[in-house]
Amino acid sequence: MIWETVRLSLRSIRRNVLRSFLTLLGIVIGVAAVIAMLTIGSGTTEKVKSDISKLGSNLLVIRSGRPAGPGGPGGLDQVVRPLGDKDLAALAAHLDGSRAISPASQKQVRVIFGTESLTSGVTGTDSAYLDARDWKLVSGRPFSDSETRSGTGVCLIGETVRQQFFGAGDPEGEIIRVNRTSCKIIGLLEPKGYTGFGQDQDNVVLMPLAAYQRRIAGNRDIESIYVAADDGTPTTVLQQRVEDILRDTRRITPDRDDDFSIRDMTQIADAMASATTTMTGMLGAVAGVSLLVGGIGIMNIMLVSVTERTREIGIRLAIGAHEKHILIQFLVEATVLSLLGGIIGILIGLALAGLASVTLTIPFAPSPAVILLAVGFSALIGMVFGFFPALRGARLNPIDALRHE
Amino acid sequence: MASGATLIGFDKVWKSYGQGEARVHALAGVDLAIRRGEFVAIMGPSGSGKSTAMNIIGCLDTPTAGTYSFEGIDAGRLDRNRRAQLRNLYVGFVFQGYNLLPRTTAAENVELPLIYRGVGARERRGLAMQALAEVGLVGREHHTPAELSGGQQQRVAIARAIVTRPTLLVADEPTGNLDTARTHEIMELLTQLNTELGLTIAMVTHEADVAGYAQRTIRFLDGHVALDTANLEMA
Repeated sequence: MIWETVRLSLRSIRRNVLRSFLTLLGIVIGVAAVIAMLTIGSGTTEKVKSDISKLGSNLLVIRSGRPAGPGGPGGLDQVVRPLGDKDLAALAAHLDGSRAISPASQKQVRVIFGTESLTSGVTGTDSAYLDARDWKLVSGRPFSDSETRSGTGVCLIGETVRQQFFGAGDPEGEIIRVNRTSCKIIGLLEPKGYTGFGQDQDNVVLMPLAAYQRRIAGNRDIESIYVAADDGTPTTVLQQRVEDILRDTRRITPDRDDDFSIRDMTQIADAMASATTTMTGMLGAVAGVSLLVGGIGIMNIMLVSVTERTREIGIRLAIGAHEKHILIQFLVEATVLSLLGGIIGILIGLALAGLASVTLTIPFAPSPAVILLAVGFSALIGMVFGFFPALRGARLNPIDALRHE
Repeated sequence: MASGATLIGFDKVWKSYGQGEARVHALAGVDLAIRRGEFVAIMGPSGSGKSTAMNIIGCLDTPTAGTYSFEGIDAGRLDRNRRAQLRNLYVGFVFQGYNLLPRTTAAENVELPLIYRGVGARERRGLAMQALAEVGLVGREHHTPAELSGGQQQRVAIARAIVTRPTLLVADEPTGNLDTARTHEIMELLTQLNTELGLTIAMVTHEADVAGYAQRTIRFLDGHVALDTANLEMA
């Protein structure tokens, strides 16, 4: 009986192609919007998460200068005291629960090989940097301890630098010029791609910190210190320890604020991910409203359909249809209609999300749960909004219905 | 002719509408009996109560007072769904305006009452084809009403009415929309169904020559049966 009714309703949908199409449109747009929004949204969340994990996971970044936030950055009275070897040594000696501690100073510098040149992010650091930032070498070797200490002219280059100078060739052993000083390439870094903010993470040159300080920066400062937490230590705990050690080393009395900042990349990642999730939810809710409007459209059309087919209902009742048969017929029709709209909407929504993922270079992340929900919801809308018109049809008096013009 | 047991019985049937002063009686204590196998024409001016009587006979309506019995069942006291079931099992309807589902083939129209009986698709199709053959519409099974002439549409309607092998056929001015030639064809068909299948027919008509096909004419006037005569000779 139900199958019969579904076939019947499909037939009636086919017979009123234009009207069915217009009815569907509301649901199609609603479902497509929901699916597209949620799929694009979850893709964005994934993108943000992966971008930030590319910076290194469980990572603290320490910089000199008072942290931004309540109280504001350092006032005029405060001379920014840079981080130095002493701070690094203190952390190395006293910090528990870290996997890697590495200094890093960075500058945009013109790098030259032969007749080619490129402005690159040149970072002075040590061999722990790769570990701290979860960065691997495709070929070659990291700096040795003696190279780090003595500041030998050696460097590791990123994929973009290699392509600029050597194409697909092997860069190892070649000498490049970095800001009037020459350095020998000893390794190639694994490609990381662009960040979400459009920064090329592969346009980099790493060299020993001492070499960077002496030949490029011209001072002994350390811009930032990266501290990676080991698996058992929460970054919040580690952050507190770092703060204690640095306050002690830098002799900051309890009545004064830190003159350095510690940023927890994990927290930033979580905050950004939860922000995009909230955004996704909001966009989904807005899209959900259009689904509701689509549902009201279905009710509208079903009411018209019941009125228009009053005579048909009369005939059916006269030849023996029960109230429930009429009720089921129109209910199934509304449900099939909105389900059909839902399925078309899902396809369009996924297509839109796919398009967006290509143009915005975010991952295409369709969620089966969301799709299932959309199918269920559109069927539910058909039933809910189809019920009242269906009931109206079923309650008709057959005599009046047959007389209806 | 067949004159079996009483199929339809009106016992002081009243049908009233409205309240108090405005109360009107479409039927005012009608007594009537139609036997199984009879072909009865029901006549009368508009407002005479004949349509109300037909609705009650067809179990579409119930009397306000009095008893309407159908096959010995007190059909006037049944609820909506029971009456729907009764109609589905025992009554076939033919209307003046054919009342076929538009954009639906003849065969599908004829199958309709069988759907509500829960007959399977294959059997339904077979029975519909048979009924269409009985009304002389072989080769028109897959035409929609718009592709059929008035006479053909009424034949489809008759096929739909008889496909369930009903006891009673209720025909409401079945030839009202047809020309003379078509009218006689349809009346021949109804007469044939009456004699060959033993189908009881109650037919409302305005035209005396159409009524002439029936064996008996009942005239309504002001909610009463004014005249109930046997037709001596078939027209």
